[in-house]
Amino acid sequence: MISCTLEKVLKAAGGEMKLHLELELRKGELVTLYGESGAGKTSSLRMLAGLLTPDRGRIVVEGQTWFDSEKKTNLKPQERNLGFVFQDYALFPHMTVRENLEYGAKNREDKTMVSHLIEMVALGDLQNRKPETLSGGQKQRVALARALMGKPDLLLLDEPLSALDAKIRAKLQDDILAVHREFGLTTLLISHDLGEIHKLSDRVVELEEGKVVRQGSPEDLFLGGKLSGKFRFTGQVLNIEAAGVVHIVTVLIQNQLVKVVAQENEIRDLRVGDRVLVASKAFNPVLYKLDS
Amino acid sequence: MNWEPLILTFELALVTTVLLLVLSIPLAYWLAYSRSRVKPVVETLVSMPLVLPPTVLGFYFLVAFSPGNAFGSWLEEWLGLQLVFSFQGLVLASILYSLPFMVHPIQSGFAGLSPSLKEASYVMGKSRLTTLWKVLLPNIRPSLLTGIVLAFAHTVGEFGVVLMIGGNIPGQTKVASIAIYDEVEALNYGAANFYSAVLFIITFCILLLVYLVNGGYVKRFWR
Repeated sequence: MISCTLEKVLKAAGGEMKLHLELELRKGELVTLYGESGAGKTSSLRMLAGLLTPDRGRIVVEGQTWFDSEKKTNLKPQERNLGFVFQDYALFPHMTVRENLEYGAKNREDKTMVSHLIEMVALGDLQNRKPETLSGGQKQRVALARALMGKPDLLLLDEPLSALDAKIRAKLQDDILAVHREFGLTTLLISHDLGEIHKLSDRVVELEEGKVVRQGSPEDLFLGGKLSGKFRFTGQVLNIEAAGVVHIVTVLIQNQLVKVVAQENEIRDLRVGDRVLVASKAFNPVLYKLDS
Repeated sequence: MNWEPLILTFELALVTTVLLLVLSIPLAYWLAYSRSRVKPVVETLVSMPLVLPPTVLGFYFLVAFSPGNAFGSWLEEWLGLQLVFSFQGLVLASILYSLPFMVHPIQSGFAGLSPSLKEASYVMGKSRLTTLWKVLLPNIRPSLLTGIVLAFAHTVGEFGVVLMIGGNIPGQTKVASIAIYDEVEALNYGAANFYSAVLFIITFCILLLVYLVNGGYVKRFWR
């Protein structure tokens, strides 16, 4: 059980922002922090890790107080038993994959764990390579394995998959889920990808301007609790061109381009760059399986 | 030919560089990571030898360490240190004179590292010192090499400070640059040419080595 109350005034690009986060994680739970960039997600993770000091608040992990502004308790990052996967992976460039993991070993038991972890994320063939020779996905696996050294009470993942392409993402999501279950970890993840959130998390906490605006299961949050056969996507208008009597509007939805036919009256107020909702009214969508 | 000034020069440069390295790592670390309010002041002081005429530095040394005043006589009585017209004095002056050449490369080396490297090490339970030694320093080896070589070469080339505080005592403070000046004054161009040529060739080789190594031409040796 992990509970925290964090308060801090952050200096963001648009001025000051007050972050106020109250969060409870049950043991073994995987919770995702979701929200726009600048909402305070990374700062929250850094405060949990002890890399950033909150102005006020409390962090209690498995009965141990990590931070308490009233009692002036503030454990250093070194004293907090946690794993952190950084957005840029932060692998030590001068060490091999194996050395990167061994660096975190505190005793002989940990050393035997190195081999187990290397096997688990399928890095056996790469263990004597330096990080610069690895692909993004491989680096990510090393970072994940390294974060698990010392069996952390809390695993923090800062957008671990944002830099990878879709196929490798899917595989690494499986890896994260596998280690989360095998080690019985309590995991806090930052992610923007709805598919990823849906696949991985037990619970989603949405942050906006430093405050929790919604939380619940991924289904509750993103489907609004209702089953819907309607097609509704939000996207951004990239181009509007006239084609005879109608107009063709190019819309970017996630990272797919869609062309939509629009009538004169529909595009009257529409400008390039506007955010739009693309929805179908009458027809049920059809699913085709794609070869993977 | 008298090799004494040349040997003295390299002895001075070596001692200075070693002491400077030990001193500069903590200083550069502090400058790279501190957000203290006095940091700009310290940065300015470190950089002063870059712009100040060496004679200014030498002059104040001379005044400060002269046995004729309170501080100088205290040093001599209590620590047995005579810093004016002595080798120790030259070392101290050279350390200050070459300080920016060692500190700046190391400082920018630290600043160029991703902060998450340091943080990852902390989260893995490693102390600041272990992190510095095992993670940060190995990753700024090119900066360390640059600092070492620049400080060494710069100490070899110093003149004004030495002249002011060291004088011209053979075997004590008469380094090559002073010897060259001395020989030219005495219209002894052959000897001046000898010292000059040796300095020219050696400094050329040292700098070439740095560019070769940091440019990745000698990968096997360094990485």
